[in-house]
Amino acid sequence: MATGVAAWLPFARAAAIGWMPVASCPMPVAPADNRRRQDELIILNVSGRRFQTWRTTLDRYPDTLLGSSEKDFFYNDETKEYFFDRDPDAFRSILNFYRTGKLHYPRHECISAYDEELTFFGIIPEIIGDCCYEEYKDRKRENLERLQDDQEENKDLKLPNMNFRETMWRAFENPHTSTMALVFYYVTGFFIAISVITNVVETVPCGSTATRKDMPCGERYTVAFFCMDTACVMIFTVEYLLRLFAAPSRYRFMRSVMSIIDVVAILPYYIGLVMTNNEDVSGAFVTLRVFRVFRIFKFSRHSQGLRILGYTLKSCASELGFLLFSLTMAIIIFATVMFYAEKGSSSSKFTSIPASFWYTIVTMTTLGYGDMVPKTIAGKIFGSICSLSGVLVIALPVPVIVSNFSRIYHQNQRADKRRAQKKARLARIRLAKSGSANAFLLRKRNGLLNELLELTGAEADKQKLAKPSSLLESQHHHLLHCLEKTTAHEFVDEQLYEQTCLETMLQSFPARRQSGSSAEGVTTTCCGRRAKRNAPLANAALHPGPNQQSPLQELSAIHIQCGDRTAHAASRSNLNMRATDDVGRVNCKSGRITTAIVSLPTPPSLTYDGDNLRGPPSRRPPPSSDQPEGASIQTTTSSANIVKVSAL
Amino acid sequence: MQLFFREKWEVEGLQTVGILLVVCSSLKLMHFLGLIDLTTAGKTNDSLEDDFELSTVCHRPESMDKLQEQTKFTKKELQVLYRGFKNECPSGVVNEENFKNIYSQFFPQGDSSMYAHFLFEAFDTDKNGSVSFEDFVFGLSIILRGTINDRLNWAFNLYDLNKDGCITKEEMLDIMKSIYDMMGKYTYPTMQDDAPREHVESFFQKMDRNQDGVVTIEEFIESCKKVRHRQVQYFTKVSTTLTFQLPFYYSVSWL
Repeated sequence: MATGVAAWLPFARAAAIGWMPVASCPMPVAPADNRRRQDELIILNVSGRRFQTWRTTLDRYPDTLLGSSEKDFFYNDETKEYFFDRDPDAFRSILNFYRTGKLHYPRHECISAYDEELTFFGIIPEIIGDCCYEEYKDRKRENLERLQDDQEENKDLKLPNMNFRETMWRAFENPHTSTMALVFYYVTGFFIAISVITNVVETVPCGSTATRKDMPCGERYTVAFFCMDTACVMIFTVEYLLRLFAAPSRYRFMRSVMSIIDVVAILPYYIGLVMTNNEDVSGAFVTLRVFRVFRIFKFSRHSQGLRILGYTLKSCASELGFLLFSLTMAIIIFATVMFYAEKGSSSSKFTSIPASFWYTIVTMTTLGYGDMVPKTIAGKIFGSICSLSGVLVIALPVPVIVSNFSRIYHQNQRADKRRAQKKARLARIRLAKSGSANAFLLRKRNGLLNELLELTGAEADKQKLAKPSSLLESQHHHLLHCLEKTTAHEFVDEQLYEQTCLETMLQSFPARRQSGSSAEGVTTTCCGRRAKRNAPLANAALHPGPNQQSPLQELSAIHIQCGDRTAHAASRSNLNMRATDDVGRVNCKSGRITTAIVSLPTPPSLTYDGDNLRGPPSRRPPPSSDQPEGASIQTTTSSANIVKVSAL
Repeated sequence: MQLFFREKWEVEGLQTVGILLVVCSSLKLMHFLGLIDLTTAGKTNDSLEDDFELSTVCHRPESMDKLQEQTKFTKKELQVLYRGFKNECPSGVVNEENFKNIYSQFFPQGDSSMYAHFLFEAFDTDKNGSVSFEDFVFGLSIILRGTINDRLNWAFNLYDLNKDGCITKEEMLDIMKSIYDMMGKYTYPTMQDDAPREHVESFFQKMDRNQDGVVTIEEFIESCKKVRHRQVQYFTKVSTTLTFQLPFYYSVSWL
């Protein structure tokens, strides 16, 4: 039903008394009104500010949040009010909508914040009254353009699998994506410039020869210029064909402005090749020469400003049209007047009205060449009127064009600024994201260290006690923990990962080559370097394999295995890396127990974050093969017998 | 022609002008006919207007009483859930894009989009491409308050991608890969490429009783129940935590 008339419904129903006398059938029964209760005041508490209104006011629009039963989700039983955790300032205009039936857009509000409020309360923005609708739509369009710019920026990001064609198209459209594209961009720019300069220089008089004085260079060095022209056209043709090949939609590409300019730039050459130099078509041949100058428009791909200018002119087409039309009118009027005014004077240059057109144009644009000058008094009077009116007629549409250009130019500048700011923003966001991941790892380390300290009874490092984190954080960490248990892998940070990567590579190395001294040397040096990085790694990825239930059991199991492994590792590493002992030692030291250990004798599933899918045994092959776990059971001797376990 | 023009070369010049005019007007004609497109940036303006209309899709959930009957939540719990839901999605529905965005914030190290997609399909029971509050709450009620059988059923439904009643190895592999994708690159031990496949193999070994290559719902429930009861709890709890922790957990802190 239309807005606000609900209050008049009882009146309309009462006015139905006028039908009763003439009704031909008996009246239907009135609908039961059992839900009717006394109209009551509803309290809407929006972030602390209390609004009060009648229930019937809200019921006027039953398809919004406040008018339907949806608001019961926000009902607070104790205080008997509806609490909304939203912006009270924006809520004012929303409540006014219910009261007056007209939705107004407050100009100081941000458009997207206001939009969100409207969506939250289930009100469609089209209801905004005429007084505010234009402003709303303008700002919304502006905002959308901004978002679209951002989206187009995102499309620049490299898609993971792009075939050759797509890569080429991207290279053509955005030259800064790769060096090849940049090279291509500059080469084509260079050749456009060469072509244009050639056209210009062709006509310069190049000194005299035997046959003629003052030959233009084009005729003197015909062959050279022809070769230059051919080279440029070759490049342009190749470029056009490449673009055509790479375009995602060839049909659309062929219809676009730039491709038409390309075609127009190279076609005259080919037509000139085809046509022979006979008299009939010499005029057309001259025209073709003229078309060569269109190559200069190819620069618009290289220059953003040119594109803006072109776009401005296009968007001001109506103003330009008006300018042209009014100028034409004025020219015809004044030319006629001048012709008839000067008709009488002798040796007048105003031979006909079309001849006066030239005078009028030159005068109205305040050029004043002086090749045609009025001689009679009437002619001079009309001439002065002509020049004055010329100034006015031209000055009127120009500010419109200028303001259009300024708007578009500033839009572009804003886009560039946003692009620059975006990089910094994204970097900071990424940092925040990795912060949360690091928080998890840090908490793991702290938590595990804490538990192990409790287990082994060490008193040291009390400050490493896990700081009390919020419920949100602990639940999030629990979630990540569960994922770790599901996949039986652990989260580590980047350095550790690269370290393990390198170590696994190194471990597989000695397994394969028993006695390559060069291999030795390599591994030694690599390990040597690694050793330095290993040493400060005091708290590597710890993980509570043991939990409150059977910690000692697991620990002891690990200890046992540890002992075996160390010997094994030592022997293996000693076999190959006999160069330096500390390398072998270090290998035993960096405290990581790998997958082999996991096949513990005890049922491992009763850990507090029980994971019955804890790695099927088939995933853990016995360590005889070249698996990375070989030599990497290590205990630190630094802190008192703390075994770094990763009970995977 | 000699009437109007004094010299011969004027004819050529005028021919040039004439040809230029002809070319420009033919270009204009072709643009008018739609054969070519002389607009450089005109494509943006029209599409903007269309986007306005689409963004006002609004969904209103059923009344709280009905929801209370159909799910196992109390009124207060429903209120809290709805508040969180509505704050995150004021339009009342979550589409897959938003869902993936929300979900990816919990797994910053890996790529959770595939798993989020599977989750979305599991929640979107009426297959309309968006999860409304009812879908959300029904799913939650099963996961959090349902019986063991219900929960296992729901997990089975999650795994059964084409909803044909049995889980094939390929479906399981897809799910497993998506889970492993969430771990990201920096894991310890290093993620092998065949880790998901091995995991699937062992899963099938345990679950597929009659070794026919697919796991039906009965085999699934049976083998899950056979494993120690606590592990089943943990299993469902794991899938619970994996599926559930959307950003409304301040609202379900009683978990």
